[in-house]
Amino acid sequence: MAQITRALAGTALLTLAFGGPAAAQSLVISNWDGYMPEDLLDRFTEATGIEAELSVHATNEEIMGRLVAGGGQGFDVVFVSSPFAEALHALGLTAELNHDLIPNAANLYAEAQNLEYDPGNTFSMPYAWGTTGLCYRADLVDEAPTSWDDLLDPPESLAGEVTMLSTDRWLMAAGLLALGYSVNDTDPAHIDEARDLLISATDTLLAFDDTTFYSRLVSGEASLAHAWDGWCNYGTAEDPNILFVVPEEGSDLWVDTMVIMASSENQEAAHAFLDFVLDADNHRWVAENILYKVPNEAAMAGLDPALVEAFPNLGMTPAELLAMEQLRDLGEAQRDYTRAVTEIMAAQ
Amino acid sequence: MSTARTRTLLFLAPGLGWLALFMLVPVGIVIADSFFQRGVYGGVVYTFTFENFARAFDPLYAGVLLTSAKIAGLATLAAVLIGYPAAYAIARGPKRRQPLLLFLVMLPFWSNYLIRTYAWIVLLNREGLLNQGLRVLGYEGEPINMLYTDATVVVGLVYNYLPFVILAIYASLSRLSGDLWEVSSDLGASPFDTFRRVILPLSLPGIAAGAVFVFVLSIGNFVTPDLLGGGRVQMVGNLIYDQFLSARDWPFGSALSFLLIGIMMALLFAQALVVSRSQGEHHG
Amino acid sequence: MADATAPPAPARRRRPVGLRVLRGHLWLVYGFLYVPIAVLVLLSFNRAGLPTAWGGFSVHWYGELAANTAIQRAALNTLIVAVSSTLIASLLGTLLALAVERRQRRSGLLDAVLFAPMIIPDIILAIALLSFFTLMRVTLGLHTIVIAHVVFNIAFVCAVVRTRLKHFDYAIVEASIDLGAGEFTTFRRVTLPAIFPGVLAAALLAFTLSVDEFIIAFFTAGAGQSSTTLPMQIFSMIRFGVTPEINALATIVMLVSFTVLFTAQRMNRGVIGADA
Repeated sequence: MAQITRALAGTALLTLAFGGPAAAQSLVISNWDGYMPEDLLDRFTEATGIEAELSVHATNEEIMGRLVAGGGQGFDVVFVSSPFAEALHALGLTAELNHDLIPNAANLYAEAQNLEYDPGNTFSMPYAWGTTGLCYRADLVDEAPTSWDDLLDPPESLAGEVTMLSTDRWLMAAGLLALGYSVNDTDPAHIDEARDLLISATDTLLAFDDTTFYSRLVSGEASLAHAWDGWCNYGTAEDPNILFVVPEEGSDLWVDTMVIMASSENQEAAHAFLDFVLDADNHRWVAENILYKVPNEAAMAGLDPALVEAFPNLGMTPAELLAMEQLRDLGEAQRDYTRAVTEIMAAQ
Repeated sequence: MSTARTRTLLFLAPGLGWLALFMLVPVGIVIADSFFQRGVYGGVVYTFTFENFARAFDPLYAGVLLTSAKIAGLATLAAVLIGYPAAYAIARGPKRRQPLLLFLVMLPFWSNYLIRTYAWIVLLNREGLLNQGLRVLGYEGEPINMLYTDATVVVGLVYNYLPFVILAIYASLSRLSGDLWEVSSDLGASPFDTFRRVILPLSLPGIAAGAVFVFVLSIGNFVTPDLLGGGRVQMVGNLIYDQFLSARDWPFGSALSFLLIGIMMALLFAQALVVSRSQGEHHG
Repeated sequence: MADATAPPAPARRRRPVGLRVLRGHLWLVYGFLYVPIAVLVLLSFNRAGLPTAWGGFSVHWYGELAANTAIQRAALNTLIVAVSSTLIASLLGTLLALAVERRQRRSGLLDAVLFAPMIIPDIILAIALLSFFTLMRVTLGLHTIVIAHVVFNIAFVCAVVRTRLKHFDYAIVEASIDLGAGEFTTFRRVTLPAIFPGVLAAALLAFTLSVDEFIIAFFTAGAGQSSTTLPMQIFSMIRFGVTPEINALATIVMLVSFTVLFTAQRMNRGVIGADA
């Protein structure tokens, strides 16, 4: 019995030591896996003396679920796409940003300081931005794709070699754009139309894939993928035959943002982190590592021209991006989108 | 007497207390939530409604439930058809070797579920080993898509749960007295008759236990359809997961969970009936 | 082969053929169970960067693994969760089993409560606990994963120990007390040693289940790496691309589980299978 008592006491200690709420000194930052340079946090600690640890999430939805469930507890800075940042703001989970603590925000393009989802960057700072399109193996397709129709109704030879994004907003955007509607369309009839079109597209689909499509392109398992521009570059880096194109119907402008949780007990340190990222050199380092465009004029000015040559979509200008339609949160209509996506997934 | 009673209570209290607080209460919350409304960005708004259940029976979601039942049913059928003869072979093998044979069946179960499932991605990938093997054998066509279909999900489920089925059926077969096999054939029954009229009925509880086990674990499974279905196979487990993460609709996810619990309880009840029937026939 | 004196019933002569077919089937089943694992282990020594095409022997990916601190952290977290939940569940589950088996009256409700955690779909327990912790404003972390794992482990421990107790002769307890030993001495000297192999088997099962468990941990984990368990790490690695590093990790994880299992098997022959 004494043994058991000891074991129990030990357990309790272990649980307390390792399981209790994280100590307040270290920033907890949640980002997509591989979406920042591996040494960025070390550099941050070196520069500021503030400890920071990385937590990864696979999707916007996953981190949203966690934040809503826990009221944001435990997280200090979170990376989410603009519509999700908007939703977090509406829920009151984001902190009001103090621009005095983020002087490097001045490095951002003027366009990136006045985006529709958060004019003046009151609760979010843009981290990376870009658009969504088609990523393909030029040596495996007979004809270069140019339109959303090429994705949704590919030639016979590509049957079973196409992947699509499964995340609600981007999956629906492919259908809506092909039909000539807005990526933020909330008209139920339009949503149904897009849904039916997407259901017919699943016939020729290899898989829905938000995370590994570029390695499928590299291995030749897939020939055409619905992809974010920066992530297509990962494929191009391994095989120059992999190219990216924005369909002629146009596409969306998404912005991945950094937000500070209102519940964070390290507000100042969190602001310091945002400011650190927005520093011209640091943000350039980010762009060079993740191969996504960053909305930082000073950083992009210093970008190695060889990179832009190798990955042409890095060269898209803010004006070109602003010509795309900005993704917004849908509020109540999000439910219709989710339902439509469930219907698409369930229709096999 | 009263000290014994006190002790029994003392022994029961911590365990039952734990289960009550961390299982019954949470499941109770889920059941309660299923009658409330969702908040726009998630969470629960405490306004009473039956809407979540009305939605669950909407053909779309009912269809997902049916697909889940179909996939779980196929996995169960396959596991029993494959597992029964294997269990039979072990039970009829030399007594001395049975523990080893059984151990070999159970061994893979002790490795990680995700890893066992992942192994099939490696095997069935379009550029995977099976396709490469086909190419070596002279197959020249396009590589075959073996992943991301209902069938792949069924294979994954059978792979993971087969050991349990074999174990359950073996347990009921090994309980049969050794003479039983001989007596029946000595009485002139053909092996098939012996099997059909004596062995099979007596091993029915084992089959029922194994089958219910596979079915219940399959129908609520999330990982296998997620990894082997490539997002293209939607089962109720994934639907519940989506309601809590992407759809931000906890009450609806709760309603689906409630229905799933109902289905399972009905099945377990049916299994208990089979067991008590077969016990009634042979012992009472 | 069969003794010549037995009546030559046709059935007897045919049965060996049937058995041989059955045995062949059994070997196929072993093939089905082991080939995927073997392929995985083999490919972990693949030099090529793609996880599926063979490019020569190499231990490169094990080196990558050794340098991956996130995985090591996750492995440590998993160990903490598994050890804690196993200890708590072994204690509570064994006490439960003792109490339940000594009761004269069987209670259907009690049996149902003890059986439920074993068969309730993981995803439901996961969302139920998440809803519960959210409502109670409990901060999520490793401790909430431990709480969750104890729930299903109590049930498994209780079930395994109960099987053991079914063969336990309570007369020796009475005898011990009649001989003047106190309740506690009796428990420590008589009851505990008798059921100990069962408790050990139960603890081993609980430990394995906890190490293996993904979805409940995923929903009840808190922020950051401080509560990421190994299965969560593996899941995100698989989600983010199939690399030989996962093959190497899988091989090590399997090696560890099998070693634990074999050791336990040697310490307590017949633990596996017989009691499950």
